[in-house]
Amino acid sequence: MEPTVYKFILRHSLRQQFVLLAITLASFPFLYLSLDLPKRIVNQAIGGKNVPTELYGFPVDQVSFLMVLSAAFLALVFVNGGFKYHINTLKGRLGERMLRRLRYELYARVLRFPLPRFKKLSAGEIIPMITAEVEPLGGFIGDAIAQPIFQGGTLVVYIAFIFVQDPVLGAAAVSLYPFQGWLIPRLQRHVNQLGKRRVRAMRQIADRIGETVAGVQEIHNHDASAVHLADIADRYGDIYDIRFEIYQRKFFIKFLNNFINQLTPFFFYSIGGYLVIKGELSFGSLVAVLAAYKDLAAPWKELLDYYQQKEDIRIKYEQVIEQFQPPDLVDPAILHAEPAEPVRLTGTLQLNNVSLGEEGAAKILDGVSAALPLDRHVALVATGSTGRDELAQLYARLLRPSGGSIVIEGREFDQLPESVTGRQIAYVGAAPYLFYGTLRDNLFYGLRHRPLQPPRYDAAGEARRQRRVREALASANSTDDLAADWTDYRAAGCDGPASLAERTRSLLRQLDFDHDVYELGLSGTLDPRQAPETAARILEARRGLRQSLSDPALRGLVEPFDPERYNVNATVAENILFGLPVDQRLTLGSLADHPYMLSVLDKCGLTEEFIKIGRDVAAEMTEMFAGLAPGHEFFERYSFISAEDLPLYQALLQQADKDGLKALTPANRSRLLSLVFKLVPARHRLSHYTETRARRVLEARAAFAADLPDELKGAIEFFDPEAYTSSATILDNILFGRVAHGKERAQKKSLGVTIRSAVKNHQLLDEVVDVGLNFQVGVAGGRLSTVQRQKVGVLRALLKNPDLLVLNDPTTAFDPSTRSKLIDLVREVQKNKGLIWFVPQAAIAEKFDLVIVARSGQIIESGSFAELNRQGTAFHKLLSEA
Amino acid sequence: MNISEEAAFLKKIPMFADIEPAKLKLLAFTSEQVVFQAGETLFRQSEPGDAAYLIIEGAVEIIADTPAGSFILNRIERNEVVGETAILCNSPRTATVRAATPLTTLRISRDQFFELINEFPTMAVAIMQVLAQRLVHTTDMLRQATIKLPKSE
Repeated sequence: MEPTVYKFILRHSLRQQFVLLAITLASFPFLYLSLDLPKRIVNQAIGGKNVPTELYGFPVDQVSFLMVLSAAFLALVFVNGGFKYHINTLKGRLGERMLRRLRYELYARVLRFPLPRFKKLSAGEIIPMITAEVEPLGGFIGDAIAQPIFQGGTLVVYIAFIFVQDPVLGAAAVSLYPFQGWLIPRLQRHVNQLGKRRVRAMRQIADRIGETVAGVQEIHNHDASAVHLADIADRYGDIYDIRFEIYQRKFFIKFLNNFINQLTPFFFYSIGGYLVIKGELSFGSLVAVLAAYKDLAAPWKELLDYYQQKEDIRIKYEQVIEQFQPPDLVDPAILHAEPAEPVRLTGTLQLNNVSLGEEGAAKILDGVSAALPLDRHVALVATGSTGRDELAQLYARLLRPSGGSIVIEGREFDQLPESVTGRQIAYVGAAPYLFYGTLRDNLFYGLRHRPLQPPRYDAAGEARRQRRVREALASANSTDDLAADWTDYRAAGCDGPASLAERTRSLLRQLDFDHDVYELGLSGTLDPRQAPETAARILEARRGLRQSLSDPALRGLVEPFDPERYNVNATVAENILFGLPVDQRLTLGSLADHPYMLSVLDKCGLTEEFIKIGRDVAAEMTEMFAGLAPGHEFFERYSFISAEDLPLYQALLQQADKDGLKALTPANRSRLLSLVFKLVPARHRLSHYTETRARRVLEARAAFAADLPDELKGAIEFFDPEAYTSSATILDNILFGRVAHGKERAQKKSLGVTIRSAVKNHQLLDEVVDVGLNFQVGVAGGRLSTVQRQKVGVLRALLKNPDLLVLNDPTTAFDPSTRSKLIDLVREVQKNKGLIWFVPQAAIAEKFDLVIVARSGQIIESGSFAELNRQGTAFHKLLSEA
Repeated sequence: MNISEEAAFLKKIPMFADIEPAKLKLLAFTSEQVVFQAGETLFRQSEPGDAAYLIIEGAVEIIADTPAGSFILNRIERNEVVGETAILCNSPRTATVRAATPLTTLRISRDQFFELINEFPTMAVAIMQVLAQRLVHTTDMLRQATIKLPKSE
């Protein structure tokens, strides 16, 4: 990358900078005219000296001359404003493009870092560099060349104007500039040093915060919050000291400048005034000079600001860039080269005297030589505490050897582009990383290398896409279309989305993962407009389930939604709405505040009664939960009132007891109402449910739906026994009711079985699993369990049909029988292709064609299981130890 | 039965006698009321134990499943607790428990149970007393059983 910010600017924006400069220069004559004109208006038109009798052939008198000049002045105001507007827009655009280019380049470099670099550079440091630290560069780049020339030029114009009026005054105006030009950089230098320290300190803080988030479990595990708080406080203290010193120095520079600038008017008043009195200078000229001088202050200040900003930016740029220039960046060709046709990896992968290690440090791997036939299956048994992960990653070409060579069929393994290694080799470690997105995205991640099938756009979409491409090109960004279909179905051995889904489901089944995904699918949602046929079958399954539930053993397990009946296993809110809110117009949390809901309650005469119940519920809640510590988990799980709100409700209750419920403020009445909406009679047993009340609630239900105002039309999806509820989960759509409270475990289990058979009977299993694949896995797959994440890791590797599969013990969380099944499955899928499995126990190696034994980064034995399983071998010893 | 009645009911159980009414209400509120038909099983021997049951209405039979067949060991009526041993020791259920009559229980989960004990040490003492009494009862039964054994050995 360019070593200084100016080289970066010149290299990528020279032409635009010239354009900016040209426009800036073109604006100067108008600027000069706008200075000269007031003098003529004052001296000639108002003062009445030398008023011409005709202008361009038209006769004029003094007044019309004044009007003409004033009109010209107004026109100049427009022209100057127009120039400024245009220049600012151009600058802004240029700055944004350059910033985008820089950020893209930095991010692209992160992808080119060799893996070991990430051991020293944390996300906490990289993120602020690419996001916050370079941000001011955008504003600066547009100004980089035009600003000093514009402000400098303006300054020169003003000064020239003053000189033309009177050389002595001109000399007075600029007399202190040389001194300022000498002093300011000297003062600034120290501020720059502080700026550098501030950037470094801030990065470390970002790093610490990142660490806190990543290691928060350990912090609580070891009661270490105090030490982290002290550490961060100490660092904030450093930042404070640095920043305060910067402020002091910066404002001292400003103070000095202002003082010096105020000295000049002193010369004007004394010398200029003297000259006017002596008659050597016209009064109009002095006014014009004073006006010009007032304007002089602005560009001069801008120039100084520019200088300070330039220094700041220069340091920021250099400090960021140095972090992105490691010596061993991966060649971009390896990352981006695309082979003319798919390259398969066959033959033997040969390690010749391979070593790995940093210079000066002990070698992690030393003199490793081994042949790996890519049609046999190898178990690698590693002992000792080092070298195992590195060896696995060398095989997967994630690491590059620091000595020796790896050769495959006469080609340097090292030099193969990622388009070959990343598609034909798959590596799975014990903690595969899952990206934020759906389960499906993560499973197909290994199939998405390039955009393959461009999306279909309508005319507007196409125009937008073209504009985005042009803009991306202007910043040298990637123009690959994110909306394209990137999935390489052929690589997965499939011919399209349907067959890939089929293969995925089959692998899910073989990995015992399908049931988990099925459960996720049941709690997922389906858009009936996208899949009307599936929605129809779900409705059939609903009817099927209803029939199964009439079995005496299952009777009463689910209380169905019935438009004519109160559901005691559902909340009061659900009973009134008899539907689900679709958007933010009406939410379950804010029902008690919604004017329409309040009007319905009023109309049905329920308001006062509900508020009374709310008071009782609040009393019960405050009584039960008052004694618990605020962070107690019961609050979240059971209480209607959060720990923070408890005192509020206690005060509210006291007030209600004193002044009566009617005297409460509307906000407090809503608070009490909101509790009532959460009540589930069968669950909470708070004795507020009576037949009469239930009837009144049913009246409210009818009233609510009947008078729904226009602005709420479509805000609620009402329950309909014959229609699919798109905002409810698939499970709720099948149940169409609430699971009854007060049933024993075994019955609930049998309900699960009944639901599954209803799903199966209506050929919905595949659809439910497909919906399950839409599950959002959370940050780093945090919403999945460790076993599930490991299964995703293995599955994603298998889906891409690799020629070589490197498994670095990816089954740590599996139970032995699932692991054993997985070994058979993987051996079957990888038949006649390469497989190397770093196994945790020697005994597992029996299932493999070949066994390699490594100890502390060296290969000590290799051969078939039978060959190695004899007295005297290290492998035999490992086997007997287990 | 609503929460307040349940809390009053709990008060009568020796184990909970010393606990203030508000906390008993909380216990009732956070527990699930579970009903069984006569003959239904609450839990089976050797299953993992995850909850204890307070008998509010009805009676249960404690049944030992042995290779020689099933034997009814005991019958427990209202105001008693069953299933607390397994959740205290984190062991499998020591016996099968079946509803002898239509039954209403309050199901207290393992987490809740420990939460209570942490919160109210007096409850731990009461539980100890209950368990000790059971131990006396069991030892007594064992002694009688030993006496009845023929003295052939």
